[in-house]
This record gives sequence, C-alpha cells and structure tokens, in this order.
Amino acid sequence: MAKTLFKKVWDAHVVKTLPDGTVLLYIDRHLVHEVTSPQAFEGLRLSKRTVRRPELTFSTLDHNVPTDDPFNIKDPISKAQVEALIKNCRENGVTLFDYATGHQGIVHAIGPEMGITLPGLTVVCGDSHTSTHGAFGGLGFGIGTSEVEHVLATQTLRQTPTKTFKVEFTGRLQPGCTSKDMVMKLIGLIGTAGGTGYVMEYCGEAVRALSMEARMTICNMSIEGGARAGMIAPDDTTFEYIAKGDRPYAPRGEALDKAIAYWRTLPTEDGAEFDRVITINTAEIAPQVTWGTSPGMVTDVTGVVPDPDKVPGYSRRDVEQALEYMDLKPGMKMTDIRPNTIFIGSCTNARIEDLRKVAKLVKGRRKADSVRVMVVPSSQQVRRQAEAEGLDKIMTDFGAEWRHAGCSMCLGMNPDQLKPGERSASTSNRNFEGRQGKGGRTHLVSPEMAAAAAVEGHFVDIRNWDGLKALNA
Amino acid sequence: MEPFSSHRGLVAILDRANVDTDAIIPKQFLKSIKRTGFGESLFFDWRYLPDGEPDPQFVLNFPRYQGASILVARNNFGCGSSREHAVWAVMQYGFRTIIAPRQEIGGAQVPGFADIFRNNSVKNGLLTIELEAPEVDKIFEMVERNSGLEATVDLDEQRLVLHLPEELAFHFEIDPVVKKHLRHGLDDIALSLEHEASITAFEKQHNPQMYRA
Repeated sequence: MAKTLFKKVWDAHVVKTLPDGTVLLYIDRHLVHEVTSPQAFEGLRLSKRTVRRPELTFSTLDHNVPTDDPFNIKDPISKAQVEALIKNCRENGVTLFDYATGHQGIVHAIGPEMGITLPGLTVVCGDSHTSTHGAFGGLGFGIGTSEVEHVLATQTLRQTPTKTFKVEFTGRLQPGCTSKDMVMKLIGLIGTAGGTGYVMEYCGEAVRALSMEARMTICNMSIEGGARAGMIAPDDTTFEYIAKGDRPYAPRGEALDKAIAYWRTLPTEDGAEFDRVITINTAEIAPQVTWGTSPGMVTDVTGVVPDPDKVPGYSRRDVEQALEYMDLKPGMKMTDIRPNTIFIGSCTNARIEDLRKVAKLVKGRRKADSVRVMVVPSSQQVRRQAEAEGLDKIMTDFGAEWRHAGCSMCLGMNPDQLKPGERSASTSNRNFEGRQGKGGRTHLVSPEMAAAAAVEGHFVDIRNWDGLKALNA
Repeated sequence: MEPFSSHRGLVAILDRANVDTDAIIPKQFLKSIKRTGFGESLFFDWRYLPDGEPDPQFVLNFPRYQGASILVARNNFGCGSSREHAVWAVMQYGFRTIIAPRQEIGGAQVPGFADIFRNNSVKNGLLTIELEAPEVDKIFEMVERNSGLEATVDLDEQRLVLHLPEELAFHFEIDPVVKKHLRHGLDDIALSLEHEASITAFEKQHNPQMYRA
C-alpha cells in the first residue's frame, strides 16, 4: 500500500506496539527551554531517574530573555527559571545554547539553523510550535511537561496513531503574498480546531516553490489550525538548506550523501490515502489580517471587519466578544485599522529571510510617527547574519528598535509587552486576548504586511502598495 | 496520580468557545518552577479586576458556582500553547472534569478539546468529556435554570448524570487507553520503563545520530 510521509517517519520510530494499541515512539531530538522543563527535571530527580540520551537533548533560553539587555534579567522569578535550566543542563549533561555560546535563540529557530532538525527525524519540545520542524520532512510536535519528563527518562513517547490531513496549495502566490498568508487563509477555512487529531501534510506547486524559511512559517502555524504537527516532503530545497551554512550538527561529505539518498525515499507515494483533503488555489490568496482574538478570525486585507452573524465557525457571541475586546466595529475597512506597535519577531517570522524582506521594504524610509517598531531576530545567529548584511542599520535608520534574540512580544514573558489598549501588527502566531500583554490587541500579518503598516501607519494591500517594487529590486 | 472512578460535584458553566491556554493561565504565572500554586491564577485576566479584586461579572465568581468541580465549556477548549500549567491550574482550582462539545465546522467534526490540552489532562487525572453539541446545550440550559445543580460522572459506566428532580443522563465515549489510565492513576514513565529492553534493542538498529559526520 502506498505510504504517506507521516506513515514512513512514524513506522521508522515504532519501538513497540503495546497490547492496547499504544505505540512506544522513539524520539530523535528533544528540544528543551526554560519554561516547560523545570518540573520535568524535578520529577526525574524525585524518582531518581536520569536523562537517557543527553546527547539527543538540546536546550536554550528564549521565553524569559530580555531583548534589550539579555545578560540582565531584572525579574527575579524569570531569573530563577533561567538559572534552573542552566543547573538542570549541567547536572544532566545536556547541551545548553546560552548567550555565551553565540547560538542562543528561539528553540524553533536554532534547531533548523544548527542542523539539529533534519528530515525523517522525530522532534519534540515542550512547546506547541514544535510543529515548525516538520518543514524538513520529519515529525515535530509539542508536548506537555509530563511528556517532557517521559522523553527525558525513556527517549520515547506513548502515542496513538494520528489521522492525516492533506493540504494542497495549487498555483502560485501573488507578488507581496507569502506563506504566512497561505497558512492564515487555511486556518480561516478550516477553523482553529479543524486540524485537531490530524497531522497535516502541506503539498502542491506553491509549497514546492517556497524556501525553507517560508515552509517553516506554514508548519509553525499548524497548531493554530489545531494540528499538533505539519509536514512538508523533503526535496532539493531542503537538502540545499542543510548542506549550506554553518550547521554544526548537520551531516557533511559522505554522510550527507548517504542521508540525502535516504531522505529522497521519504515523500508520500502516489495513491497514498489521507483521512481528509483540502485544496486551496494559492493564486487567489490575498494578504491576510486577523481582526479578532482567535487565529481563525481572519480576512483579506481588502475586506472589512465582519458582521457577527456571518463568520463561519464562530457564534455571534464569540464574534461580539472578540470585537469588543479588539475595539472594532463591523463594516470597518481592514485598511483603516491603525496599529501603534509593529512587532517583527517570533518563531513564525523572524528568520533571516524575513528580516531581509522587511529591510528591503523599509530601506531609505522613515516609519510613521504613530508607530513603535520592534525587530527581534529569532536567534543570535540570525542577528549576526543580519548585522553582517547591514540590515540592522537599515532598520534603525527607519526608526525601528534592533533587539536581541528571544520570544519577546509574541507572548510577553519578558518585559516586551503591549500596554492595555495598544494595538499591534504582529508577525507572530497568536492573537489571543492578553497574549501580547493584558488588554493588548493583536493583528497577525506577514512580515511584508507589517513593514508596510509601519511605513503607512495603517494596514495596506501590499499588492498595490508603491513600496512593493523594492522587494524585487 | 490519583485514580478517577466516579465524582459528584457542583457544575459551573463557561459560555465561550476556543478558550485558549493563555486565557486559562497567563504567561506571568509560567515562570514558576513548581507544579503547584496555579489554582489562584486560573482565568486570571477574566477573573480579577485591575485592583486584584474578583470581578463579580465573571461567571466563576458568581456565588452559585463557588466550590464547583465540574466545568462545562464550549468547543475547542484548551487550544493554543502546550503549557501543562493550564491543566494544573484547572485542577488546583478544584475541577475534576471538563465537558465540551464536538461540533460540526466547515463540514467536518471538530473535537471538543485541543489535542495537547487533552493529552496533558490524561497525565494529570483530569477527565475531559466530549458530548454532542445539542447535549452540551441542554446541560447549559439545565445549569442556568437550576442553581446548585450537581452532577455525577461515572468513568466505569461512561455516564454523566445531572441530579435534577428527574435525573438526566448522558453517555460519553472515551478512548479505552485513556479510561484505563485515569481509572488506575497510572505512572506512564514506570510503565514505559518496563519496556527498557525493547528500547535498548531498538536503539541498536536505529541510530538517531547516523547523519553526524
């Protein structure tokens, strides 16, 4: 029987199928950050267990790290959490990419850029955006702290097989539109729980045409569509990304050739069956902007804030609550919305390619007086690369703040938060109430759309925006 | 983990869909390195006024719901981040069971609970019950009309009974693996370590570092 990419990766990691149908699934890479791990390490200690494969476990500090002065964590509780991870890594022989290594960053940024994330692997982390790693053609998914402890102790997880959901993007993106718009459009169509219980496989002409960075953006937001994991079959784009650059954990030379030969066997075979299928014409996708407090509350930038009775998948009450929180009225044009904070960051959209695009769009311009612009690279490596290319100078000349790496205002565990009533255009992944700061209002957009809003002071349809030509220059 | 067989308690309702884990337990409380102390922060932004006093408008602050241990919510409860702190907060507040509806959205059946939240619940002994949307509507209606309404959840029988003058019962489905786990309060890690020899044998033929030059 023809197999899917998911099934191939799954089958290669089944240690044992237990009598009740549960599978003991082997985990190749366990990524760890400071927020969801301390209770797991503590649990190990209390039960006198040890980390089974410390060499497959990689950790970094990202959620609590201040992005203005990363060495100076003023909040004592944040500091204690960071120190707990440092201590846990030292005691258990786990590699820690802290600030001094030059490789600190958001956990989902450093896995791929260090060559830790590779095709065909199982990757887990106590973080829902672990779905990002599926862009390489492996199985990456988020777990809770109890499961973090389980992986530390056994290098396995107890899993039941998941259903599969094929998402085919036919055609090509319009100029100025991005993979962020593709995934936001998908979530608008299936709802934020439409993928619950499934692993997504993204395929089709539009996906094949995307860079690895853009693919990671799509897989990253699988969880916003309810799916724990999203996968993309590895191809030459994947292999080229792995082969190039400073990726200390990636194979090189003969080992790489051997690995590529294996990776080429992974893609879904013709005729393989999926439990659910959706096909989206990519050429019809307009730039997407969220108007509500759930990622599924999204529309085209050419649209208006919707009538509460006319939002598929949400009740009138859901929409009214969201609009009240967002301080928006039905019928208002999306292009009339004026954010006062532009956040370019997060594991969704702060990789080098994102920063290059933003820099092209804002080069030689000044931000609107009404906005504050924060640019937070996803990792120290991205920050260094951007500085080597002079992007930091372009950003600061534009009037943006050039920050150090971390999760930052995506969730505001560090001091980077919206104040009550502030409104952001954010390249992150969640527009939940209070996510970016209590009372803060979030509009999710692509980095390109965020950059255009930073210039104009309101959302614009980037396809007709005169600044767009700079992107192709 | 404490085994779950049956539980009787006061029922509270939260009439919101897509209750996300940021709403269940906001970020500032995730800095703790302990497993306890989260109950007071459950639904923090909804539950408290800026001065720190309980917001009398928030449903769980209504006098009639004090001491509730069964929560009825809407579709896609627990969406968002993987933070297990959300489950800890729900349980430490005093809930033993959450009920949410399956729902048809865009022609597809959408589960009542988000995957990771449901998974984390099992690990902590929190029972998540999924019912049909009209059944949950009925429960909402009965709870609103009958102050002090209690219910009994019987895991063995897979039954939820509302203690109205004329009892109203609902059957619920549950994954047999989850049921066994909750019923016996199993320690997953101990169970998995019973297969240590299999893991070791697997590791001999599967080298996750095989690509390393």
